[in-house]
Amino acid sequence: MTGLIPIFKRELRAYFRSPVAYVVIAMFLLITGYFYYNNLALFSIISMQAIQNPSLAQELNFTEMVLNSVFRNMGVIFLFLAPLLTMRLFSEEKRTGTIELLLTWPVKDLGVALGKFGAALGLVVVMLALTGTYPALMSGLGQVELGAIFSGYLGIFLMSASLIALGMWFSSLTENQIIAGTLTLVISLLLWVIGWAGTFIKHDLMRAVISEIAIAGHLDNFAKGVIDTRDVIYYLSFTAFFIFLTLRSLESRLRRV
Amino acid sequence: MIQVDNLSKYFGHVGAVKDLSFSVNKGEVVGFLGPNGAGKTTTMRILTGFLPATEGKAQVAGLDLSKYPLEARRLIGYLPEGIQGVPLYHEMTVTQYLSFVAEAKGVKKEKRKATVDSALESCGLVGVRNRISGKLSKGFRQRVGLAQALVGDPEVLILDEPTIGLDPEQIIEIRELIRKMAGQRTVILSTHILPEVSMTCQRVLIINEGRLVAMGTPEELMSQTKEANKLNLTVEGPPEEVRQCLNGVPGVVRLSLQGEQGNQTTFLVETDTQLDKRRELAAAVVNNGWGLLELKQVSANLEEIFVKLVKHEGGE
Repeated sequence: MTGLIPIFKRELRAYFRSPVAYVVIAMFLLITGYFYYNNLALFSIISMQAIQNPSLAQELNFTEMVLNSVFRNMGVIFLFLAPLLTMRLFSEEKRTGTIELLLTWPVKDLGVALGKFGAALGLVVVMLALTGTYPALMSGLGQVELGAIFSGYLGIFLMSASLIALGMWFSSLTENQIIAGTLTLVISLLLWVIGWAGTFIKHDLMRAVISEIAIAGHLDNFAKGVIDTRDVIYYLSFTAFFIFLTLRSLESRLRRV
Repeated sequence: MIQVDNLSKYFGHVGAVKDLSFSVNKGEVVGFLGPNGAGKTTTMRILTGFLPATEGKAQVAGLDLSKYPLEARRLIGYLPEGIQGVPLYHEMTVTQYLSFVAEAKGVKKEKRKATVDSALESCGLVGVRNRISGKLSKGFRQRVGLAQALVGDPEVLILDEPTIGLDPEQIIEIRELIRKMAGQRTVILSTHILPEVSMTCQRVLIINEGRLVAMGTPEELMSQTKEANKLNLTVEGPPEEVRQCLNGVPGVVRLSLQGEQGNQTTFLVETDTQLDKRRELAAAVVNNGWGLLELKQVSANLEEIFVKLVKHEGGE
């Protein structure tokens, strides 16, 4: 894994030395903040009504009602943001030629790939950490369930890791950032919506396979507060698979030179 | 230090390097000469471990690049030519960049500052150390590239077109820097600028269309390709008589008129390869009472050799 730490540090700094990190973080907070505020406002209306209706009040769950959909929405937002974070990872180095230097230093390809992957994921962690203010504010208003919140964050983290690995692979294939970004966006979008097709498919096995492949379905459990090993394994193997493909693509340098 | 045996590299069906063999001794500065597209960059990329060879073996300090890539790369400093000049991470300052390079090359933390400082020093970058490298002029960027290769104090330096795009003063500085390294480091540099080779290198490898066409010191190459001794001779005297007299000198193969100015005639005299006929020619002129104004040996320069070798090879 030689090279992992310096490359991780350089990549993470590169995000913050350019406006990329700030713009992405700010826009992410703007839109998740909007969803959070909406849910909170909706919850306060519903809880007002629940004062007159004790049986409704029984069913109200503060954490679930406010954060469940925020987590799901974060998933959709990352679907659009991940390509923006990953498209430059290798494409830029290929375009400017720095890849030739990078790969002739005594670093391992795995170190390079994991360093870059880690940096993009690190930025996601920063973004997620900043949304920690939402549950923190909620805890001042009522009881929050820490377990469910942890589960939601874990799900988002794992899903982002998958999308970043996918994006990194596309970025390693081309020196054109737009192509890398577009491919990442469209393929992850397709993997997202493919789950909806599950309902029309008659064949049992096919339906099962398709709904398991879909990236969104696995997030739902996490958002609900359920950590299922199947979902964890899905995201981890998805991530590992695309990191593996990135390594293959680095190995076949012939394609550009 | 560097040993290349029967190296070939094919991109699909296109052969970039074909059956190339050569070796470079420790402390030698070797110039890699060839026209554009001769396979210089490809050979260098193989030597630095960026590209795998299709066939054959490349070794640095006895380490096969295909078997011990990391260990071999640790010994090499590389300056690639780059498509858009020296590749740099544009958002970093020069010092930040070189520190990152040191870290990536695995230089120990306590030695990093020293190696970065000495690289800055020897490439004349101290004055711009805190400038953003993407905003530097081309000459400075080239120096940053060279400094990057020097970081970590590698034994072998592989420099692809190190003086490209520099102004004359900078070219002289970089050449000086390379010359200073001779003896301490093993250097391979590629270029298509011929005087550069005779100025900086102890040995020259000329390649064309992926094959080695000639190898040797610049002097050796010059004498190898000399077909006949050529002399420039300017004589003051009656042209016709001078000509006849010179033709009579034993060993003269051919005499051709180069120029005439009043009573002065300049001839190009070709003589037998081995024999130095200057004494006899001078004596012949002086004995006739004519004025010997100039007598000079014409040696082929590297440029002619290069053109000859490359054309010859291309014609086959």
